[in-house]
Amino acid sequence: MPVGAVIEFSNITKRFGDVTAVDDLSFTVEPGRVTGFLGPNGAGKTTTLRMLLGLVSPGSGSATFGGLRYHDLPHPLATVGAALEAASFHPGRTARNHLSIYATAAGLPQARVAEVLHLVGLSEHGGQRVGGYSLGMRQRLGLACTLLGDPGVLVLDEPINGLDPEGIKWIRGFLRDMAAEGRTVLVSSHLLSEVQQSVDDVIIIAKGRLVHRGPLSSLETQVAPQVVVDSPDRAALASALARAGVVFSQGRTGLLATAADPARIGHIAFTAGVEVSALHRQKKGLEDAFLTLVEGSDSL
Amino acid sequence: MLLRAIRAEFAKLLTTRIWWVLAAVLFGYIGLLSGGLAALFAGIQSGAIDPSAAGTGSQSTPPLGSLPPLVYSFASSVGYVFPVLLGALATTGEFRHQTLTPTFLANPRRAQVLGAKAITLFLAGGAFGAVALLASVGIGALVINAFGVDTLLGDSATWALIGRTLLAMALWAAVGVGLGVLVPNQVASIVIVLAFTQFVEPLLRFASMFTEATAGIGKFLPGAASDALVGASIFTVASPVGGAAAALDWWQGGLVLLAYAAAATIGGYFVSWRRDVT
Repeated sequence: MPVGAVIEFSNITKRFGDVTAVDDLSFTVEPGRVTGFLGPNGAGKTTTLRMLLGLVSPGSGSATFGGLRYHDLPHPLATVGAALEAASFHPGRTARNHLSIYATAAGLPQARVAEVLHLVGLSEHGGQRVGGYSLGMRQRLGLACTLLGDPGVLVLDEPINGLDPEGIKWIRGFLRDMAAEGRTVLVSSHLLSEVQQSVDDVIIIAKGRLVHRGPLSSLETQVAPQVVVDSPDRAALASALARAGVVFSQGRTGLLATAADPARIGHIAFTAGVEVSALHRQKKGLEDAFLTLVEGSDSL
Repeated sequence: MLLRAIRAEFAKLLTTRIWWVLAAVLFGYIGLLSGGLAALFAGIQSGAIDPSAAGTGSQSTPPLGSLPPLVYSFASSVGYVFPVLLGALATTGEFRHQTLTPTFLANPRRAQVLGAKAITLFLAGGAFGAVALLASVGIGALVINAFGVDTLLGDSATWALIGRTLLAMALWAAVGVGLGVLVPNQVASIVIVLAFTQFVEPLLRFASMFTEATAGIGKFLPGAASDALVGASIFTVASPVGGAAAALDWWQGGLVLLAYAAAATIGGYFVSWRRDVT
C-alpha cells in the first residue's frame, strides 16, 4: 500500500514581471485526508501546484514531499501523481501509447497501462486517438496518468472541470477512497461547492496569499450570522433598528441585520409598534463564507 | 536512466504519424529526382540522348565516373531537409501540445530528456538516411545500369559515400532538435527550416563561390559542411572556383555539422527547455 507523504509549502513566492502570482505561501497538506485548494481563477493555484511539481521554479521559498523537492525524488511518478489543468496530450496519439510513453520514461511496468485505463473506465477507448476524446474522457486520461506509479500523493488541478454528473459522483468517491487508503490528496478548485462534499480540509488563497486554512467546518464560523426582517412600513422599522443600535443594510427582501438574534429584532419591532411581515435567520452557505473570505482579500 | 529516457523518446516518435509521412515523401521525392536525373545524365553519357537535344550542353555534363556518386548523394544533398523537419517537429511538438508537463513529471532531469531526444533523433535521422539512400541508390543505380553505364556499386568508395550519407542525415536530425529548442514555436521553426534550406542557404553558397575569400566562409555553411562530409553533391560539381578547393575535408564537414547541432541544442536548452512550464 502506498504511503502518503506530507506536502509542505514554506514561504513560496513567484513573480511574473511586476505581478506577484504567489506571495509568501506557507501551509502543509496531511496524508489520509482530502484537502481542497481553493481560490478564484487567477488566485495563483495552478502556479503554486506547478512550483510544487518542479515545472515552475519558485522565486523564493520551497515546496516539498516529505522533505524532498520534486526534482530530488528518487521515483517521482511512484511518489506523486499529478493531473494539471492543461490538456497535455498529443491529439494524434492513442491513450494507451500516451500512458506507455510515460510509464517507460519513469521505469514503470507496462502492465500498469491497462490497469490504470481500467481504473478510470477507459479500457474500451485505450486504442483511440486522444484528439477524438471528450473533455470528460481527457480528464479521466489525466487521472489515469496520475495513477501510473500508484503514488502515495495525488495532486489534481481542477479535476471536476468538464465532468458529467456521473463523472463527478465517480471522482468524489475516488478521492475519498484514495484518502481512506492513507494517501495525501490535494485537489484544487475555484468553486467550493464542487469539492465540499469530498474535502476534509480547505486551504483558501486569493491574489496569491493564504486567506484561510483549516477543516471544512471552520468555514462556517467565518461568517457573521444575519437576520432578515421586513415590515410594510420599512422606514419605521429602519429607524427603530437604528435607535436600538442594530447594524443593518438594505436587502432585496428586507433589512439585513448583522450579528443579531431574531428574537431581539422582533422585540425591538414590537416595542416600537412596527408591524413585522418577515423575520428569519439568514441561511448562509459555505459558498458565501468562501466568497466572503476571497473578496475580503481586496482590503489586504 | 538515460537508456530509459531514450526508449521513451523513441516511443514518442513512433506513436504519431509524422515519421512515416515524412519518410514516405522523402522516398518518393528522392527516388523521382535520382531516377530522373540519372536517366538524363546516363542517357547523355551513353549516347542514348543527344546533348544538344537535352539542352544541357556538353559543358555541364559531369565527367565520366562521377555520375553515380552525384546521383547517390541526392539522398543527403537534397533530402537533408526531411531529418531536420523530423527533429524540429519532435521538439516543437512538446511545446505545442504541452506534453512537456507529463514529460518533466516523469523525468524531472530536463537536460537528460533533451540529450535523450538528440540521441534518439540522431538514430532516427540515420534511418531516414537509409530510406533516402534506398531511393537514390536503389532507383538511381537501376536507371544508370539500364543505360549501360557503370553503377560503381562494386567500388568501396561508393560504399564509403553511402556510410557518410547516413552520418550526415543523422547529424541533420540532431540539428533539427537544436533548432526546435532554439525556436520552440512550431510554425516559426518549420518556416525557418524551409526558407533556410530551400532558399537562403543555396543562395549564400552560390554567391560565396565566386571569390576565394567568401568561399572560405561559405564552406562552413551547414549545407556545404554536409556536402563535404558526404563527398559529392550537385553543388561541388557546379562550383566555378572548383569543388575540391572550396570544400572542407569530409571529417571536417562532419565536425562542423556536429558543432551546429551541439550549439543549437545547448543554446536552446537555456532559451526554452529549462524555462518555467506554464
